[in-house]
Amino acid sequence: MSVVRFLFIRSVVVILLTWQTAGAVERFPPPNFETGYAIPEVSQSTARSEVYEYLDVLALLVTLTLITFVAFRYRSRKGIFLIGVFSLAYFGFWREGCVCAIGSIQNIAMALFNTGYTVPLTVIAFFCLPIMFTLFFGRTFCAGVCPLGAIQDVVSVRPMRVPRWLEAGLGTIPFLYLGAAVLFAATASRFIICEYDPFVAFFRMNGSLGMFALGASFLLIGMVVERPYCRFFCPYGAILNLASRVAKWHVNITPSECIQCHLCAESCPLGVIRFPTASADLPVQATPAHLRKKDRRRLVGFLILLPVLTLAGGWAGWELGPEFSRTNARVLLAERIWLEDTQRVEVKSEESAAFRATGASLPDLHKEVLHTVRRFSIGGLLFGSFTGLVLGLKMVFLVVRRRRVDYEINRGGCVSCGRCFDYCPVGKEPSLEMPIQIERAAG
Amino acid sequence: MQDKDEGRQTRREFMGRGVRGACMLALGGGIGFLGSRSQGEDSLWQIDPWKCVSCGKCATECVLDVSAVKCTHNYSMCGYCQLCTGYFDFESNALNTGAENQPCPTGAIKRKFVEDPYYEYEIDQSLCVGCSKCVLGCNTFGNGSLFLQVQHDRCVNCNDCAIARACPSNAFERVPSSRPNIQKKV
Repeated sequence: MSVVRFLFIRSVVVILLTWQTAGAVERFPPPNFETGYAIPEVSQSTARSEVYEYLDVLALLVTLTLITFVAFRYRSRKGIFLIGVFSLAYFGFWREGCVCAIGSIQNIAMALFNTGYTVPLTVIAFFCLPIMFTLFFGRTFCAGVCPLGAIQDVVSVRPMRVPRWLEAGLGTIPFLYLGAAVLFAATASRFIICEYDPFVAFFRMNGSLGMFALGASFLLIGMVVERPYCRFFCPYGAILNLASRVAKWHVNITPSECIQCHLCAESCPLGVIRFPTASADLPVQATPAHLRKKDRRRLVGFLILLPVLTLAGGWAGWELGPEFSRTNARVLLAERIWLEDTQRVEVKSEESAAFRATGASLPDLHKEVLHTVRRFSIGGLLFGSFTGLVLGLKMVFLVVRRRRVDYEINRGGCVSCGRCFDYCPVGKEPSLEMPIQIERAAG
Repeated sequence: MQDKDEGRQTRREFMGRGVRGACMLALGGGIGFLGSRSQGEDSLWQIDPWKCVSCGKCATECVLDVSAVKCTHNYSMCGYCQLCTGYFDFESNALNTGAENQPCPTGAIKRKFVEDPYYEYEIDQSLCVGCSKCVLGCNTFGNGSLFLQVQHDRCVNCNDCAIARACPSNAFERVPSSRPNIQKKV
């Protein structure tokens, strides 16, 4: 076997190539063996057993039930924490973070708006079960079933309070993130929640440097700010926030009657315990009259601003829609081909070369892309209006004051982590631990 | 004052009950709608070998350290060529297994003499990294019997497959788990 022969055969092959275009062609027909050689079978990898998928749903159901039971019946922070550790190990490190309830939003959105995509039943279960539980019991899912919540719960060392104005501002991000995630998933463009999932690299012990850096910064911040992802980013948390507000039952700070001891006041690392605005000594509003008048004026202003913001957002979204559509691979491909065909760029990209090799028609691609861009315009309109609405409503709710006699939990923000339970002295036997708790609460 | 307070409580509770009921109804409707369209089974990622252009991104984009994509050989399509361009580099100086003469960076492709002049080529999947250099060679000058497939025993089935995101030819697709492979056949 010489190099010369190899080059000769290669030149023959090149000649053959001029006759036959790319793809699989039988340039060299399979030989007829004379020695009785049997052609081996193709090796095929088999799909993992479906049992695991059903096991996941079962584990989700069991942990949800268990954590709700522990939170309501035993009011045990330790129990909630241990279930969280289990969820972190199972859903996080063992199942490597896929599929999760947060990401399932995108599958649902994509399935609702794209008839070609069918969503597996397990994903539907991951989306629906936590919402159903939240509608009845509050966000017990966040407390310790969600692996992303659990990993932040574990690393929280010394959480400090976030100023209320910052909390309110950052608190709108999850809603906007949710809107954006639905927009990009519904147009079958990107799964941004998965793309920027901060902890999945840790769950898999594998991933790009950027993913690890993002995760590490969330974990570092999480040591001093309680659950930064849950509070300021999680789009599924935004859904559960709304569901939790109308929950039939919700964990309480106190097991029975509040005795106004103020011990729980500083116990919540998420800052969702609302202070009383009135008490037995101060039966009327604690807010002075001139401030109330100012608030009322503001409220009227914000209520007028609300539709303005919604319309402005919708208009901006409609205008930005085509720009958003450039996240879609097909749109980018069409744009690249146009750039190449009009000699605006020299080099042919891999994508455009691959498209040209398939022999697919360019007008078909243009039709498809125009359809996508139109969907992005409409999606942008809806996303923009939603953004305006969220911001407007946030401002309205900031000036609405409710009269509260007791320390109450803000049900939307509370993740039922159970930290406040131990601070409430009601129904507890006086014990040696009590002074320490009181000291901690005071300091 | 007391009466007014109680009235407010019941009004809020009533509204809460209404919203809760509406949410449950919407969820139920959603489940019914999506569930009726669902295939029930899970979906997996797979490469359509007819669309694959052997760009090599499967080896580098996968979230796993050694990609879940590996080369598969359909022997019935193979020409059993003595001069296999999946086995020897196009520009090889000599036809031996020297690293500079083979496209495979890990030596995962092995050959066995069958009868003159035919050789059987086998992929050692424990060594394969899914770079598709041999696939490119086989498709360029041969029958195209070598092709890439996602190995489901390795794939963690990310909701958003990183290779699918980077694939230039749109060759990645979700397939039902009952038909997890897309075989290349003539």
